Amino acid sequence: MSGATRIDHRFAALRADGRAALVTFVTAGDPDYATSLEIIKGLPAAGADVIEIGMPFTDPMADGPAIQASSLRALGKGHDTNKTLQLVREFRAEDNDTPIVLMGYYNPIYIYGVERFLSDAKAAGVDGLIVVDLPPEEDDELCVPALNSGLNFIRLATPTTDDHRLPRVLTNTSGFVYYVSVLGITGTKSPDISTVTEAVARIKRHTDLPVAVGFGVKTADQAAGIASGADGVVVGSALVNAVRDNLDDAGVAGPATSAAVLALVRQLAGGVKSVTRSAAE
Amino acid sequence: MNVNPPNSYRVGPDEHGRYGIHGGRFVAETLMPLILELEQAYKDAQADPSFQAEMDTFLEHYVGRPSPLYYAERLTEHLSGAKVYFKRDELNHTGAHKINNVMGQILLARRMGKTRIIAETGAGQHGVATATVCARFGLKCIVYMGDVDVERQKPNVFRMKLLGAEVIPVSSGSRTLKDALNEALRDWVANVEDTFYCIGTVAGPHPYPEMVRDFQSIIGKETKRQMHSREGRLPDSLVAAIGGGSNAMGLFHPFLDDKEVEIYGVEAAGRGIDTGLHAASISGGRPGILHGNRTYLLMNDDGQITEAHSISAGLDYPGIGPEHAWLNDVGRVNYLSATDQEALDAFQLCCELEGIIPALEPSHALAKVVELAPDRPKDHLMVMNMCGRGDKDIFAVAEHLGVEL
Repeated sequence: MSGATRIDHRFAALRADGRAALVTFVTAGDPDYATSLEIIKGLPAAGADVIEIGMPFTDPMADGPAIQASSLRALGKGHDTNKTLQLVREFRAEDNDTPIVLMGYYNPIYIYGVERFLSDAKAAGVDGLIVVDLPPEEDDELCVPALNSGLNFIRLATPTTDDHRLPRVLTNTSGFVYYVSVLGITGTKSPDISTVTEAVARIKRHTDLPVAVGFGVKTADQAAGIASGADGVVVGSALVNAVRDNLDDAGVAGPATSAAVLALVRQLAGGVKSVTRSAAE
Repeated sequence: MNVNPPNSYRVGPDEHGRYGIHGGRFVAETLMPLILELEQAYKDAQADPSFQAEMDTFLEHYVGRPSPLYYAERLTEHLSGAKVYFKRDELNHTGAHKINNVMGQILLARRMGKTRIIAETGAGQHGVATATVCARFGLKCIVYMGDVDVERQKPNVFRMKLLGAEVIPVSSGSRTLKDALNEALRDWVANVEDTFYCIGTVAGPHPYPEMVRDFQSIIGKETKRQMHSREGRLPDSLVAAIGGGSNAMGLFHPFLDDKEVEIYGVEAAGRGIDTGLHAASISGGRPGILHGNRTYLLMNDDGQITEAHSISAGLDYPGIGPEHAWLNDVGRVNYLSATDQEALDAFQLCCELEGIIPALEPSHALAKVVELAPDRPKDHLMVMNMCGRGDKDIFAVAEHLGVEL
């Protein structure tokens, strides 16, 4: 495995600052390439510490209606894996510090070609991957080659991942652990803060990696609550819904689209930054 | 794809749930512990003679097995070639082969203490079978069905409701079977504690393809025994229709190592493979990952899944079971395809010659029997799996024939 990535550096720096990371998810190419690039370029200044970019897929079986709809908006505009990598390259031309994680499903990567994808993603400035339908049982497919190429492979842990299984999930996980706070698909139920805090503590008994928590975080208050118990707060469906809610009747983006998404990110960042954590934790 | 032939075609899957490169467990982490729990529960059930005994009792007295192996005499005369037999799985309770698998999975769900059953359905046959067995055992049943299919299979939707199931129309994606499967998986992720996902075909993450195959293999085992008592030998060829491929796998699997038996799987060619409007994953697709397994899929160059097209809702799926994908790669099974029109012609021929209204799914297999049988000698024994009856399809057929009911 190669050296530290932007993800490792970012979490270390935030730990020293005594606060949690705001991890933002938006879908590549949603609602169109130009607006999507504008949103992603604006995320660091709005307060995003780590950027997750969804790679659209027709059949996102672990995602709810909001993220599936955003994928279909992007695909409807002709978005594909090449364009997702182009988006990262354009972002990287102006920002060499903010970590970028690509998140998606395996089939588009498999069809692009695993080795070619890893080399193109790395060259574009991607730091890590989250591939929802690749559990540890399928590590030989993409996880091990990704780690070997110097990318982080971030794994999801869930309430069904018990103490017996956690070590298996954490082996070959790097960058951070993404704890799925509720059973279900993205963007539906909201997490219970005390349960989340306990779960994060449970995961931390098995790993030194930062633990980010997501699924169902919609407001600055919720973000602050999670930030008190975790190393990172992931927000996705709420941002994707902000894209949807700021399109005109024909589904076309205007200047208000990226402005609305970035305004929500600023609010969420305010929530996350309002909580001070012990650097020694 | 060329692969050296194995010593046996019946040993798969391996411990990773693979059949060659196909199969596997490509699911979200939330589902992984459930899949492992299911695998263990299935192994335990297989090792428990009382499970098989309970299964046998219900198959005989509730499902109505064994189903007859019927000599289709007038069709044979008409084709003047091979001697054609139908394996009459359309005579099962609920009118299709689907209940063989459902009975097995529901008995397993009961052993596991699950109280809520979810299922996906295309043509509605698997949904009806699941609703039926759930009613029999007093289990809550939720069936996901694409809203396109809800529209074209109204009688089955009403049947499911009569049986006490909740039918949830799915309006995402292409609004057919693949989207119903996505929704069922989403339900399962959200309700892991009490819910058992009863998958209707030999697809999905391991152990489903193996488990569904085992439950459907009763079709092939009976056929072997019945053919032996009728003709004193093995059949020379087997023909079955394939959407996901459960009726075909059930017929084929017991014969895979009888290398003298020719085996034909028939995919739905819709309006023709070259039109792009079809459901033939092997003839017109390539290997990829969807719904928990690697197999042949219909997709575009970016790996986005494309819609399948078939007159038959039961075949309208952009993938195929991973064991079929492997049997294609190793060359043991020949995968052919039949168009909507060929299936409709075979449907009418069967009604007129045999007094049997076939479902549109086996009508695809029958279309290839019509093509293959005339070139075979009169002592060639050909078995076609009549895996469903056509009552559910008469409205769709009437529409295609331009008849107003």
